[in-house]
Amino acid sequence: MAKVTFDTPELKPHQETPDLPSVKPGTMQHLKTFPAKPIHNENIGYPGELVEDWQNKAVKRLGELVDGSQALRVFLDTCVKCGACTDKCHYFLGTEDPLNMPVARQDLLRSVYRRYYTFAGKHFPKLVGAKDFDKPMLDDWYNYFHQCSQCRRCSVFCPYGIDTAEISMAAREIMDSIGVGQKYCNEILAKVHVIGNNLGLPEPALVNTLEGLEEDVEEDTGVLVRFPVDQKGADVLLITPSADFFAEPHIDGLIGYGKVFHQAGISWTLSSHASEAANFSMFIGSSDNLKKTAMRIREAALELGVKRIIVGECGHAWRVAYSFWNTLIGPFDFLDPKYPAPQHIVEFTYDLIQRGALKLDKEANDHRRITFHDSCNVARASRMGNIPGGQFILPREVIKAAANHFFDMAPDTIHEKTFCCGGGGGLLTDDLMELRVKGAMPRMQALKQVVDENDVNTLVAICAICKTQFAKTLPYYQFQGDMITSLHEVVGDAIQLGTKN
Amino acid sequence: MTLSVVFAILFYAATLLLVVGVARKIAVYARTPAPLKIPVTPAPLTRAGVVWRMTKEVTVFRSLFFSNKWIWLFGWMFHVALALVLARHLRYFTEPVWGWVVLIQPFGKYAAFAMITGLAGLWARRFLVDRVRYISSPSDHLMLALLMAIALSGLGIKYLSHTDIIDIKAYMLGLMYFDWQPLPADGFVLLHFTLIIILMVVFPISKLLHAPGMFFAPTRTQVDNAREVRHTAGWTADSTAK
Repeated sequence: MAKVTFDTPELKPHQETPDLPSVKPGTMQHLKTFPAKPIHNENIGYPGELVEDWQNKAVKRLGELVDGSQALRVFLDTCVKCGACTDKCHYFLGTEDPLNMPVARQDLLRSVYRRYYTFAGKHFPKLVGAKDFDKPMLDDWYNYFHQCSQCRRCSVFCPYGIDTAEISMAAREIMDSIGVGQKYCNEILAKVHVIGNNLGLPEPALVNTLEGLEEDVEEDTGVLVRFPVDQKGADVLLITPSADFFAEPHIDGLIGYGKVFHQAGISWTLSSHASEAANFSMFIGSSDNLKKTAMRIREAALELGVKRIIVGECGHAWRVAYSFWNTLIGPFDFLDPKYPAPQHIVEFTYDLIQRGALKLDKEANDHRRITFHDSCNVARASRMGNIPGGQFILPREVIKAAANHFFDMAPDTIHEKTFCCGGGGGLLTDDLMELRVKGAMPRMQALKQVVDENDVNTLVAICAICKTQFAKTLPYYQFQGDMITSLHEVVGDAIQLGTKN
Repeated sequence: MTLSVVFAILFYAATLLLVVGVARKIAVYARTPAPLKIPVTPAPLTRAGVVWRMTKEVTVFRSLFFSNKWIWLFGWMFHVALALVLARHLRYFTEPVWGWVVLIQPFGKYAAFAMITGLAGLWARRFLVDRVRYISSPSDHLMLALLMAIALSGLGIKYLSHTDIIDIKAYMLGLMYFDWQPLPADGFVLLHFTLIIILMVVFPISKLLHAPGMFFAPTRTQVDNAREVRHTAGWTADSTAK
């Protein structure tokens, strides 16, 4: 892999949010994520290489997508270029490249839509900024629609609710349909279809890993905490990102889930058929793959005869589960109607704490001074609990029930205004490291403030992508890479195994 | 009299294009399916909650307020002033003039200046703020120029040419009741009318579609109830699992 050198943005002392940059065109023009090999594209139903007559085919696919999506159709018409979104994207703030301003990114697609599908763009292209879909445009699409993490922060601030994520998903689907795919997403999706998870971890390896985990936990605590796979008749099917099976700090979160189930005395199981919560189909806007990947969960739940489905700590997976599962793989009439379907592990733990069914020893976390990073897909594309904004309240309440020292970052950088970690949306790949580091800057700036002022030493997140991204990028900003911690590690550490609740 | 006829025909044609064009767009927006639940959260859990969310967006530009105070100030000032000015203009289309239209007449007069201030502020941003300069197309400038020229020519009628508005009103009522009256051939009136006709024609093919379009953005109009109510549409309509 070519070694790319770049400067890490500098953090300012005592500042909640980054300074507003002036635009520097072309600063990220060079950054092109690795293209998929033909086999990666073909495995998930797309042409292997750039097809003949690709311009016309792309334009046609764009038309089909617009016809099938109210969001896309309305968003392409309603933007007035007011500029409200221009300073909201973490990638623009970190890279200063104007094509990373949400409206400019959207305009890459909007200008093509106008050229081929609107009266003004067909007859007066220069006047309304309509452009041909040619090779330079395709290159810009490839580079800049792979510099969007689909985090929806811009949409929160748009007077019309225009969501760049929808446009970036459509652009990736159009590119895939003409044989221009991204290696990272497409290769991973094929692994899910063939093996069952993103990591390509086959069933025997999964079983081995979990047995090893049981031994480790027993060694540490003296208590046998089970991590069952394919256990028919269990009450709960846990669907969790496969990173939880061995990446750090994810695996400590998995241990935490296990301890929670153990203490609550509720039987649960993982599934080797659906050993992956992630569904990267959303990132590439592929409806066929989205449904196919989600369907494994329904099949696993029916096969194992569970009563509930609970989803582990994963941001985009929770969006797919919460917002899309009922549509794609519902109805869930075979599950116990007493519980929401699906349910987030944080909702599950929160309910146990509320009922007094989980005794937590806060002092066990006294060495931690904690802040919480709201993951974008949880914050802006889903909910927990039964009130709007529960996705902000529940994780914080669980942390506060398990630890004594909690400090929120600046209000403009949390809740629905949270800054993306910089690695979401299918960008968590080493070939985009420059983008990931620069895009993390706004979050790092807010983190620096609570580190400096409150001696925060622990950054808690509930998303596998956020955790991996932070573990890798924190050191660029002179923080300890291991300050990123799974929420359920904090919970797990506060659980006193062997004691009666 | 030729001029009166020409403008009468142009007004009828522009009205037809505006009404049919916008109605067609609204029908297309309404008919296009939203296959997945994509409300930007936190979102209301009920239909009534969504109505309240949209009411805040439409009346006080809530999201824009939290986004950028300058755009909000100029944008809101322009839109509220425009609403007042339009309401004030109802007196040219009604006989007898409705009570509330009479009441707002003095406010409508000042609103014209607020409208111009708002437009000037928004336009200045297109030159002064490098981010907004970068995203502006010629059409973005032209739209502001058009609106500004409409406002200024309107003020010209009132303060410079002192055209007899009784004649203008007679002309407009004549248009409405197909009983054509002579049009006062005043430069500002003709300019004002011409620009308005242009605005009516470009409305359904321009970014002015944000007005009807914003009511069809699923990110804002959907209820957050994905787990409780099974939503299917478009490509998900046939997605009931086996």
